[in-house]
Amino acid sequence: MKDDLNCGAFLKELSDYVDGVLGEALCAELERHIADCDDCRVVVDTLKKTIYLYHETSSVQTKIPIDVRKRLFHRLNLEDFIAN
Amino acid sequence: MSDEPLQEFSLQLLRQGDRAEIARLVDAYSAQIYRLALKMLSNPQDAEDVLQNTFMKALQALPNFEGRSNLSTWLYRIAVNEALMLIRRSKPEVDVTFRSEDADEDEPALTSFTDWCCLPEGELMSSEAQKYLDEAVGMLSEKLRFVFILRDLEGLSIHETSEALDISEATVKTRLLRARLKLREMLSVYYGERLTE
Repeated sequence: MKDDLNCGAFLKELSDYVDGVLGEALCAELERHIADCDDCRVVVDTLKKTIYLYHETSSVQTKIPIDVRKRLFHRLNLEDFIAN
Repeated sequence: MSDEPLQEFSLQLLRQGDRAEIARLVDAYSAQIYRLALKMLSNPQDAEDVLQNTFMKALQALPNFEGRSNLSTWLYRIAVNEALMLIRRSKPEVDVTFRSEDADEDEPALTSFTDWCCLPEGELMSSEAQKYLDEAVGMLSEKLRFVFILRDLEGLSIHETSEALDISEATVKTRLLRARLKLREMLSVYYGERLTE
């Protein structure tokens, strides 16, 4: 990394930056840093990709297995609503 | 939340123990709670126990539910506590005190600067890679894992995550950054190896 101080400060703001909630001024400052620091650019790109991959794989919504639902309704004394 | 059920519930009916309304509530949230428990515990039997205990406790507590947080955050909070109790019983040596200081967690260290983003989507999302993504989450400490699961996998906001885990928003942010950076490091090693193949 090019400059320890800048890279260290950059690291603390990273989550807010990739979530798009970092203030405009700080955001511009970080983007200037990334343009100048190849290691930090790679960190940002691979961090965004990491989060993206987890979002993509978790968006497949697991349905509750039928027998698990059935046992849950029994445990809650809601047997008469199982068929709904 | 990513898949917040759209239907409204009558708190009055729920508090009165109206069984049809309770059944509707259970059907609306049981898949979310089951999925959350599976991610936290990686074991279908444990996940089912957490699911059942969550709704048992929720139904007992409903008469006193004041509605200050929304129903799903409240249910998540009960489910998280149930999952923690299960972990404490099976691994008493593990400190999962969520409100304790984070001094024992390493500061995030950046050691990998390989740019693996150019790998084709098929390679990034292969079934082997998806298995590794799950394993990597399992390698995080409980403190980091629970925050990551709620915020990045379940799509809760920072505020909702802090409510569900009963920790401050600042702690959620610190743990989230650490979790994300640790996962990035692990994925960089994994995908970096595929780059050189």
